[in-house]
Amino acid sequence: MIRKIVILSLGALLAALAGGSFHRSRHLREPVVLSSGVTQVKKLSAYFSKLKGTTNDANVYVLEGAEPGGGVLILGGSHPEEPATRLTAWILAEQSAVAKGKVFVVLSANRSGTTVTRPSGAYPPDFTIPTSWGGQKFRMGDRWSNPLDQWPDPEVYIHYPTRQNLAYVDIRNLNRCWPGRANGTLTERTTYALTELIRTEKIDLVIDLHEAELQYPVISTIVAHQKGQDLAAMASMVISGDEFKIGVDNSPPALRGLSHREIGDHTDAISLLFETPEPFLDATRGRTDAGLLLEGKDDFVVKAGQHGLLFEKIDEKGWPIDVRVGRHCSTILTVLDVWSEDHPDRAVTLRNVPRYAEVIAKGTGAFLRDPAKADPKSISYE
Amino acid sequence: MVITILYYLLVATAAGLMVWNLLKSRKWQEEVLYVIVLIPFLLRLLRLK
Repeated sequence: MIRKIVILSLGALLAALAGGSFHRSRHLREPVVLSSGVTQVKKLSAYFSKLKGTTNDANVYVLEGAEPGGGVLILGGSHPEEPATRLTAWILAEQSAVAKGKVFVVLSANRSGTTVTRPSGAYPPDFTIPTSWGGQKFRMGDRWSNPLDQWPDPEVYIHYPTRQNLAYVDIRNLNRCWPGRANGTLTERTTYALTELIRTEKIDLVIDLHEAELQYPVISTIVAHQKGQDLAAMASMVISGDEFKIGVDNSPPALRGLSHREIGDHTDAISLLFETPEPFLDATRGRTDAGLLLEGKDDFVVKAGQHGLLFEKIDEKGWPIDVRVGRHCSTILTVLDVWSEDHPDRAVTLRNVPRYAEVIAKGTGAFLRDPAKADPKSISYE
Repeated sequence: MVITILYYLLVATAAGLMVWNLLKSRKWQEEVLYVIVLIPFLLRLLRLK
């Protein structure tokens, strides 16, 4: 009996250690020190009340310019395991200001997905971006909503409203649930609320930030709804000429549920989706730790590239987080420049956002603000 | 909601059976195995993961 008690106690200790890690990860508070350009912090439930009190009642950071203009919605964290998306949105919320028009920024579009990591994926529970004041810790997150928030999954996910059959697990994938459904699952209600935001605020342009594995053909690109093809093509030419190579892909009309397809089809807005390379997501990766997440270096992925299995180049320098965040920052700025030039009456001018070279030179952490030195009233939590 | 409740009842039952087998077992290797298998069931019951 004593042996059994000892073994049970060891098991309880293991469960407590694992459970403590999961609990800390799920409830880690991530501070956002608001830029002086943020004029309001709204909740997503302001656009759809049935989201109130749920995990996915995300913060919406509103930046309003002194001059009237167009409206832009920028989404980070549609897939929370793609950290450059949330970090780029963080920089916008903490640093930027709008001179003309309105910009709405969401840092955790699928907040539920930020509270869990991939089952059996051996993901780190969190990661830290180094800063001059020590570092800021972020939840790691997964591609899908947390099963603790939305369960069970169906045998087949039937997309609403097209009834296209999709993989069962994608009923928890925010970027397979557009345009959303008012009486649907938590993930569908989240995209429904975001669609309501787009309609209510008369958004002209939606930018959905993403990262992709190098074995996926849609990478280092802007995926554009047909309404935004000219805009994306011009932005791609400007960026590829001045900063780094980025392509354009057309949103396939037959693939449903994605932001670049459904937002363009169901609202007046143009929808664009940006992809940067993230070796952490590649199936052939080695050890899956915070180092791989932030440095993007992996010998196995390099080997896959030597065998011609990748759609993007990789070498021993990898794809560091600063490069990926810098790409998103510059792509946003260039798209807004091109948009504003073509639509002066609906122009949107964003200021104080670093470009690609500056993010690489100074590091992402240089654009995160120290919550310890900030007025508590100017801090929001994700 | 009904399916969720039934699911948690199933998890609790399976966890209970594992504890019962642990108490009945005479081999220490089996006892360790039952405890390891029990951990994810406990974490799910406690809604930790």
